[in-house]
Amino acid sequence: MSAPASDHGHEPTSFAFTQENLELAQRIIAKYPAGKQASACMPLLDVAQRQNGGWLPRVAMDAVADLLGMPRIRVYEVATFYTMYNKNPVGKHHIQVCTTTPCWLRGSDDIVHACKTKLGIGLGETTADGQFTLGEVECSGACVNAPVVQIGDDYYEDVAPEHVDGLIEALKRGERPKAGSQIGRRSSEPLGGPTTLAAFTTQADD
Amino acid sequence: MLRDEDRIFTNLYGYQDFGLEAARKRGDWDNTAAILQNGREWIIENVKESGLRGRGGAGFSTGMKWSFMPKNVTDKPVYLVINADEGEPGTCKDRDILRHDPHKLIEGCLIAGFAIGASACYIYIRGEFYNESSNVQRAIDEAYAAGLIGKNACGTGYSYDVYIHRGAGAYICGEETALIESIEGKKGQPRNKPPFPAQAGLYSCPTTVNNVESIAVVPTILRRGAGWFAGLGRPKNTGTKLFCISGHVNKPCNVEEEMGIPLKELIERHAGGVRGGWDNLLAVIPGGSSVPVLTKEICDTVLMDFDSLRDVRSGLGTAAVIVMDKSTDIVKAIARLSSFYAHESCGQCTPCREGTGWMSRVMQRMVTGNARMEEIDMLLQVTKQVEGHTICALGDAAAWPIQGLFRHFRPEVERRIQAYRNSAPLAAE
Repeated sequence: MSAPASDHGHEPTSFAFTQENLELAQRIIAKYPAGKQASACMPLLDVAQRQNGGWLPRVAMDAVADLLGMPRIRVYEVATFYTMYNKNPVGKHHIQVCTTTPCWLRGSDDIVHACKTKLGIGLGETTADGQFTLGEVECSGACVNAPVVQIGDDYYEDVAPEHVDGLIEALKRGERPKAGSQIGRRSSEPLGGPTTLAAFTTQADD
Repeated sequence: MLRDEDRIFTNLYGYQDFGLEAARKRGDWDNTAAILQNGREWIIENVKESGLRGRGGAGFSTGMKWSFMPKNVTDKPVYLVINADEGEPGTCKDRDILRHDPHKLIEGCLIAGFAIGASACYIYIRGEFYNESSNVQRAIDEAYAAGLIGKNACGTGYSYDVYIHRGAGAYICGEETALIESIEGKKGQPRNKPPFPAQAGLYSCPTTVNNVESIAVVPTILRRGAGWFAGLGRPKNTGTKLFCISGHVNKPCNVEEEMGIPLKELIERHAGGVRGGWDNLLAVIPGGSSVPVLTKEICDTVLMDFDSLRDVRSGLGTAAVIVMDKSTDIVKAIARLSSFYAHESCGQCTPCREGTGWMSRVMQRMVTGNARMEEIDMLLQVTKQVEGHTICALGDAAAWPIQGLFRHFRPEVERRIQAYRNSAPLAAE
């Protein structure tokens, strides 16, 4: 496997954790037994990625390796194995459409098409202004709320093609659209209200 | 239908707060010390007697699994690991426990950890469940602050820590030894067994890995009695179960029901029925993507439990019911799963690394019919060469949906191949 460095001309020459993130890193390392600090590799890669605008340049992987006393190649292995570590820059808003069978049965192809049309980009591409990256993911694990679109850390569920325009426009305005079901049902209940738990589903508290 | 008073996950849909105060009102953390004071053997025996079988897919007796842990370990730590790497297509039940009822899980972690003699617990949550992880972390913080976990947990003198470890997008980490590797900071590649985790798991220490739902039901089982849980469902298939009903139903949903509920009743009572009516049903994948598909004729009468579904050559798996009506391109639906498994193969074992990609490419050609008739048997033969020849079950999981497709829908694929040859004789040789 070749070194995971980006060759897209984006690779920065250095990376250093902020003081705040260094302190966070120490709290993360403390969750694991002494001598097992390699366990903190994954969470620290996540911290590094968030600090670096959503992607992991090789210098950030090196910083994690050095902090944990791990051979750099071990960190590259981890960073390239897991799909949530982005080895290339992504847009400010990372839109990931689930297209695995349960979402596909509920029309995820149409969602992908609507996103492509709205953004004018294909899967795996980023808009010229660096605002949006569009991707396809395997099962998001919210199948009874299919189709599912993950934007950043949030799940948008029960998405129809006509919702896509509004979601993206809201993101462009700098808003964070309300996550969860886009057709107004509560989490994973059947549309129209639960068929069970009568005594527990009367008092909403949100 | 299961009575509401027999439902364990009373905040399944999140109508109430997930925090400690509301959880206590729902019955969680009610004199947990008394449960622990019954002792390790009592807990394990009662969980065995309840008939609880693992809710992550394999259906192995939870109490039995705990009893395999070595007793009186003094020279190294013992760990409980919770598998919250929910990613089997169709499955989204643990997500509701994590975000809406995390205290049930944390209390279960304490009791299960005590029963196996663990000093700490790691909850491995799939990385995409960021908001769900945040809820669990808040619940853990509350439990520490209230003295329920940590040093002198629940005032019993037992010390027990609970930590979250987030994944980062790898289906294979739902396999227990890959999950352990991942916590250790490595690629999620499964280990050979033996040694089993009970002997050498996390950091080479004795470890039990359990699914979220399996652990979250334990406190209620011990409060209400093993006999109560064992009295629900059918013999050897006891208790309640979270079902996820997705695909072509009028009202997709999660619901807690009794084990052994007829599939048709489950879909019609809770999910608003099949789109276009029951007679518009083509097929159902009854237990998550890896179990073989069932035809309508089987769905008419089959019961939703481990043994009933095994008897029709499928499985309960994670109880994720994927419904497909007659508008479905069934070959494409299964081919999409083949591409999922090809994407998620960790690459360690040759039959899986090469086989899942090969099977996926052939399945793509089966969708359009761009294949030779004899390739059907060749494909089935390859599924047999992958199945059972890999370190973990991902190879099996990739093989079974294809085998299920051809068991029930072979004429449809043959029709496509014939039609393709008729319309494009040059392309088909």
